[in-house]
Amino acid sequence: MPEQYRLILKNIDQPGYTPDLECYLRHGGYESLKKAIALQPKDLPDGKKQSAQEQIRDDVKASGLRGRGGAGFSAGMKWSFVDRKSGKPIYLICNADESEPGTFKDRQIIHKDPHQLIEGMIISCFANDVKLAYLYIRGEFPAGAKLLNQALAEARAKNFLGKNILGTGYDLEIYVHRGAGAYICGEETGLIESLEGKRAYPRIKPPYFPAILGLYMSPTIVNNVETLCHVKHIIDMGGAAYSKLGTPNNTGTRIVSLSGQVKKPGYYEIEVGKVTIGELIYHSNFGGGLLDGRKLKAVIPGGSSAKVFKAGEKFKLKKKNADGTMTEVETDMLDLPYDFDSLQAAGSMSGSSAIIVMDDSVDVVEVLANLGEFYAHESCGQCTPCREGSLWMSKALHRMTHGHGRKQDADYLVNIAQNIQGRTICAFGEACSWPVLSFVKKFKDEFEAKGAADEARNAGAGPK
Amino acid sequence: MSTQATTETKPTPPPIETVKIKVDGREFDVPKMTPDWQGKLQPTTMLQACQVAGIDVPHYCYHPKLPIAGNCRMCLVEFGTPAMGPDRKPVLNPDGTPKIIKSVLPYEPSSPRGAIACASPISPGMELYPSSEATKQMREGILESLLINHPLDCPICDQAGECKLQEYSVDYGKSASRFVEEKVHKPKQVDLGPRIMLDDERCILCTRCIRFTKDIVGDDKLGIVNRGSYNTIASYPGTKFENNYTLNTVDICPVGALTSKDFRFKMRVWFLKETKSLCTSCGTGCNTIIGSRENVMYRYEPRENDAVNSTWMCDYGRLNYKWINREDRLTQVQGSKLKVQTWANAIQYISEILLRAAAGSVAIVASARQTNEELYLLKKLAAKFNAITDSVPRVGEGDRLLLDPDRNPNSTGSRLIGIAPEKMGSSLPKIADGIRGGSIKTLIVFGEDVTKHGITAELLSQLEHLIVSDILPSATTAAAHYFLPGCAHVEKRGSFVNVKGRVQRFMQALQPKGDARPEWEFLHELVINVTGQNGFVSIEGLFNEMAKEVPAFHGVTWAGLGDAGVTVQI
Ligand SMILES: Cc1cc2nc3c(=O)[nH]c(=O)nc-3n(C[C@H](O)[C@H](O)[C@H](O)COP(=O)(O)O)c2cc1C
Ligand code: SF4
Ligand code: SF4
Ligand code: SF4
Ligand code: FES
Repeated sequence: MPEQYRLILKNIDQPGYTPDLECYLRHGGYESLKKAIALQPKDLPDGKKQSAQEQIRDDVKASGLRGRGGAGFSAGMKWSFVDRKSGKPIYLICNADESEPGTFKDRQIIHKDPHQLIEGMIISCFANDVKLAYLYIRGEFPAGAKLLNQALAEARAKNFLGKNILGTGYDLEIYVHRGAGAYICGEETGLIESLEGKRAYPRIKPPYFPAILGLYMSPTIVNNVETLCHVKHIIDMGGAAYSKLGTPNNTGTRIVSLSGQVKKPGYYEIEVGKVTIGELIYHSNFGGGLLDGRKLKAVIPGGSSAKVFKAGEKFKLKKKNADGTMTEVETDMLDLPYDFDSLQAAGSMSGSSAIIVMDDSVDVVEVLANLGEFYAHESCGQCTPCREGSLWMSKALHRMTHGHGRKQDADYLVNIAQNIQGRTICAFGEACSWPVLSFVKKFKDEFEAKGAADEARNAGAGPK
Repeated sequence: MSTQATTETKPTPPPIETVKIKVDGREFDVPKMTPDWQGKLQPTTMLQACQVAGIDVPHYCYHPKLPIAGNCRMCLVEFGTPAMGPDRKPVLNPDGTPKIIKSVLPYEPSSPRGAIACASPISPGMELYPSSEATKQMREGILESLLINHPLDCPICDQAGECKLQEYSVDYGKSASRFVEEKVHKPKQVDLGPRIMLDDERCILCTRCIRFTKDIVGDDKLGIVNRGSYNTIASYPGTKFENNYTLNTVDICPVGALTSKDFRFKMRVWFLKETKSLCTSCGTGCNTIIGSRENVMYRYEPRENDAVNSTWMCDYGRLNYKWINREDRLTQVQGSKLKVQTWANAIQYISEILLRAAAGSVAIVASARQTNEELYLLKKLAAKFNAITDSVPRVGEGDRLLLDPDRNPNSTGSRLIGIAPEKMGSSLPKIADGIRGGSIKTLIVFGEDVTKHGITAELLSQLEHLIVSDILPSATTAAAHYFLPGCAHVEKRGSFVNVKGRVQRFMQALQPKGDARPEWEFLHELVINVTGQNGFVSIEGLFNEMAKEVPAFHGVTWAGLGDAGVTVQI
């Protein structure tokens, strides 16, 4: 039976569980930190010594942890890219900008268990010799920012943070920085610019890879809230044990934000790849099915930027047999295991792990127009294709939803979107064009029918 | 190392490390490193590599003298890199050539993925396809995006003719637009600062103006407000854009968004004749281009010279040209003691006066705005009578970028040639005393109003002979017994030496006004008449002769100055 696996959410929503330090300590809080900083240098077979920091970094690598912010990039690998010889300070930034439409998982942690995040951050900072870290939280979370500041003050008072942490000689300070309300501040280099007090214009890569030239042109690690929480559990369980959670290459657990027309929208933590999209939507442990009398129409599987799946869509997925050979298996969209690799193989992504469910009452042109408006509003406007293209698509979609569609608008939209993806400074180019490319491709008949109907009606109305 | 004894030769520079790449199928050895906007060596970019290969990659935001922004995406280029095997050795095709993997979108392998040539470094074996179909298609897409919200008001736009949007539209644009939505409207006449107007609808948001202002001038005044397609260039709320370098943003704006209040609507650029010249408003000597038509000057633009002004000039210098067209320019030979007011008559009279003059009875005040050639000829005259000579210092405030406190363009030349003493102006009181005491009977003044520098009108009236050349009226020209109308620098050729010892030449853009003649021409006649010395019939000959006689200029020739000049020891 598909079930939740509550690792990050273990205490969250339990009766009596409160976000203060005392409660956290009663539930074993900061024990992982103590374990991490107590690690002794280890002798390696080749006679060299491995520092406590290197051991933690190795463990994170061994855990297979992949970023929970959107791209699913290996956390251990990201940490290994950090330029440790630059002579400059290394910074760590927790990305708490959670703004991808459909996503509401990080805010659960921030509001209900802030110390878990802080503990994960301190361990991650310790492992990377970070002395100064920032918690960048979106401007729309004033209460969250307040809670985090309170939690940081509590941690400081108990010397989990600050100078000479728990007598180890290690110093660390963490500051909360509030954004001013822009989606693009979630893109890591836009975030860094914003943190530096500038307009959140994402940086060009090359040369500005955060691991080398990040905050204040120093090596910088940017990780998502949930990613950093997992580090705490990796220390707790050991990387090898953690990697047994989930499925190979898709290890650990993940909080899924389930929204749309299901009976029980909400956040559910699962072992990655152990539950299918269909189960997340229909099983009583999760969404509990569609509203009565409704049929499934479409699912956006990974936040609004992810390419949409159409109900009934089938994919050929490669599957490894016991003898190591591969066979292709036809898989229905609903039977896709909810993990990084399967969704990518199906042409979409698990992104920020936000599933948006749409039933047959939904007009896909309206949905896309709504998304288009969001992206046109959130494009930072720095680079030409996204700046002009995002508003162009939005205006075309607005026209279509206001009675002035044309049959050719489907191709028109696809063409505009194709001129954006892959040609922009940051991945917002994909974020704004993928919904258009996938919706129009998969529901082309509806787009064309709408356009044709408008054309017929407007022609019948005669000249103005 | 060779132990063989050789005659001394210049050390050969270390060989430049190169990288083999292919551009449009042809192989090139491209320097591995190339200077960036600050002149620091950095890995060569695709755009620079294409330049080496003689292929122009279209671009808007890239400017060789500004930090790279990478925002316009016009320079996207399709490319490929050599395939590497698991042994980290290149994989070969059956014919032995290295196998190239073209860059594609990771999520859509059927679509090429371009790289922005302005910011992407090359690597060994890389292949660039700046002329491929895919590259062309990417450019068309970018250009279309730039045009959909553009007002297309070329017929009334000052940039028309030097607009990159127009230029690339011819190459990559489609004639008919498929854009059927309403355009974004933005403010069209923004008074950005005292010298600059902004049309936000024409702006393509390349941020060149912002980067210039922030990174070159050090002024954070310009920025972008709003979001997405509504983005708009603005100066910091409640303030004006008004440093001394604002007009450079007009030059670097690739479209007609930023216009100079001084120049806008005055002249279609394609009618302008361009002449290489210099700014004469301070000792930096920024290299310029004069835009003129039908003998009227319309503008200065900076001309690139990395040894002097990069590609910039200051607003003060740029706008200091209006005096050239002034109504009250002096263009006639005249003077209270000149009955027949012709050149021949004047030269004859003055020659006779000077031939009769006793040693020590003549003084010369030359201007440090005069050319080396003119000063050199004046020095020859001075030598004949052992005359006291000097120039008039001009000082103002300097800044850390270009503007020099010395507001004369040729103080250095005046000193090197021996007209001005080390402390310019320190001999002027001696000249005044000489007139007062009666020992100085003849005063020659070029281009200065000496009544403002201690030689009063009253003193001038005591002179037997006051010979003046200038281009604008002053108390000194009014008192002249003999007046010879001279030329503004734009009306003649010559050279200056800037405060750092850069000897630079400038060309003639306009014909002299009225009867005016270039000073070197009539000074040359006077020198022949008075000293009997000849040997130079042209500005080239004159310069080359001067270079032989004036130690600082030894080895320099007029031709050798080229467009960028030569630095001499000062
Ligand atoms: C347009 C855009 C918006 C993003 N917004 C967020 C966000 O709100 N939160 C987040 O954690 N990552 C966001 N990301 C991803 C970050 O750039 C970055 O990859 C992530 O924070 C890295 O953390 P991780 O490796 O732990 O996932 C966004 C990326 C893009 C392109
Ligand atoms: S892709 Fe869009 S959001 Fe990203 S830098 Fe370009 S304009 Fe800004
Ligand atoms: S005003 Fe001109 S230089 Fe400035 S951003 Fe716009 S187009 Fe570029
Ligand atoms: S810095 Fe001097 S030479 Fe250059 S433009 Fe200004 S005044 Fe002219
Ligand atoms: S020239 Fe603008 S992105 Fe390269």
